[in-house]
Amino acid sequence: MSAVVSSSVTPPGGQRRKVSRFNSGLTRALIAEVGAVILTVFTWAGLRTFQNSLEIGAPGPQIALGIEIALGLLVLIVPAYGARAIVRSRQARHLAFERRILDARAAAEDSRDDVLWVVGLGLVAAIVANGTFFLAGHHARVRSVLFNWDLIWRFRVALFHGFVWNVKLFLVAEVLVLVWALFVAVIRQLPGRAFGPIRVIAIVYADVFRGIPTIIVIYLIVFGFPLAGVEPFASHMSPNTQLFWLGTLSLVLVYGAYVAEVYRSGLEGVHWSQSAAARSLGLSQWQTLRHVVIPQAVRRILPPLLNDFVALQKDTALVGLVGLAEILNISSILKSQTFNLSPVTGAAAFFLIVTIPFTRLVDYLIKRDKARTQAG
Amino acid sequence: MSTFLELIDVHKYFGDNEVLRGVSLGVEEHQVVCLIGPSGCGKSTLLRCVNALEMIQQGEIRLDGERVSGRGVDLNALRQDVGIVFQSFNLFPHMSVLDNVTLAPTKVLKLHQSDAVDRAHALLDRIGMWEKRDDYPDRLSGGQQQRVAIVRALAMQPRLMLLDEITSALDPELVAEVLTLVGELAREGMTMLIATHEMGFARDVASKVVFLYAGQIEEAGPPDQMFRDPHSERTRTFLRSIIEAKRM
Repeated sequence: MSAVVSSSVTPPGGQRRKVSRFNSGLTRALIAEVGAVILTVFTWAGLRTFQNSLEIGAPGPQIALGIEIALGLLVLIVPAYGARAIVRSRQARHLAFERRILDARAAAEDSRDDVLWVVGLGLVAAIVANGTFFLAGHHARVRSVLFNWDLIWRFRVALFHGFVWNVKLFLVAEVLVLVWALFVAVIRQLPGRAFGPIRVIAIVYADVFRGIPTIIVIYLIVFGFPLAGVEPFASHMSPNTQLFWLGTLSLVLVYGAYVAEVYRSGLEGVHWSQSAAARSLGLSQWQTLRHVVIPQAVRRILPPLLNDFVALQKDTALVGLVGLAEILNISSILKSQTFNLSPVTGAAAFFLIVTIPFTRLVDYLIKRDKARTQAG
Repeated sequence: MSTFLELIDVHKYFGDNEVLRGVSLGVEEHQVVCLIGPSGCGKSTLLRCVNALEMIQQGEIRLDGERVSGRGVDLNALRQDVGIVFQSFNLFPHMSVLDNVTLAPTKVLKLHQSDAVDRAHALLDRIGMWEKRDDYPDRLSGGQQQRVAIVRALAMQPRLMLLDEITSALDPELVAEVLTLVGELAREGMTMLIATHEMGFARDVASKVVFLYAGQIEEAGPPDQMFRDPHSERTRTFLRSIIEAKRM
């Protein structure tokens, strides 16, 4: 079916030069279009099932229908690209018959571009269609058990109060981790045999706390310290305050070990010639570290450091497992009351509200710093 | 005239590899001594030993009559007196030009910030870079970076400058602006020990040229004699290869 035209060009020299066979790509365009139409119908079916599920399960917000219609119309773009691919491919074939071989190839390339659009957007449509089928599945129970918007909205204040604990946990822990991990990393960098034993302790610390699951560290410290009567955690603290500080301590110990490694790679990544230049100006070892090595190390470790911070922010939920009234704990109580997991989904949303902008901010800061210190 | 910088039978090893095999050398005050020789002959190592970025294993280095090698030396004080400029500039990339120049005066000499800026102002003006004081090193050309690096060392008002092949990493058209600055310093009487491949420059500014070969001084003498009538066969071979490469 595809138009294959053998062509050749006669160069000025008069000698005929064999040129590769021309393919207008019509078969490819037709297959893409058939696939696009099937996918469109499939997506429409998914959206329709989802709309039906709104009527039998918990009622959804009114904008749902609007979104469904919009998605249903948007998916038409896929077969539209397929159609244009066919048209362009046929144009290419005509041009080839007229021996306008360069125009023909250009048209065939356009057709191929359209097919790529069909594949790219088609994958998106397939994800939307599967998502709607999944949410509408089991007589809409997936949607109503996991994503009941009414429940999330009803408990928003309780969830928020829980989340305040998480925010406090990660803010305090992050500040402490920054200082503590730098301390550990610098100890590991100390030169000379005199510091050998303390270097070993720093290495053992990092290995141990990176090797134990965070939840076990939290269990041991949060349950163990009060039981063993470790001051100042044992007495005169309200239960939540006690849990908060013990939880913070656990997170600082675990993430301090990770971040110390991040710092270390950053410190080692600063070329020794920078230290040599600083020392040659008469700066002491400490001044060199303080003014030349650490500032450059911090810049290069920003991405991995903030990765660890996002992980820490998420792991604050583990402190809920040992009793702190943070957001996972609250949502888990609400789950038991309502026999519905939507409050937990709400808790997840709270985390996203913090972590996604945080990640974006970090990307922005890195970009800005690069623009400032590096040439175009 | 007393010998300002004196190296006495200096030996330096990297592991089993003997890089300096008994170098003895004197630099008088206001002299410019140029070290020439093939790559790996120990020129850079020699310079790095003088301001104690490398330790020597045998021999002695004296500055103004005082021992500055081995134990018990105040390295930070020594380095205030001895400035070094590197082949790869080594400006601090996270600091502006001005901060690069004022860092050591404020932190080491404990100058007041405004005094350090005044000092930097005069120096940067001299190389026409005061307008670029807020730029970061990566935005400057190699020649500009190297001139800032020289000025950064000068801001400590050293009594001796070590220049370690400071034009080797530069594009050819940027070499002149750096060498001009060094020539001016020489005329002003700055004592300098210079490792270089720029033979024309060495002939112009040097009071003494030292040919270093395999960690030893093969031959030393005034530039006229060294370049016109070298006594050693090795010096002749080295200079011939430089001429054949059209670098002289």
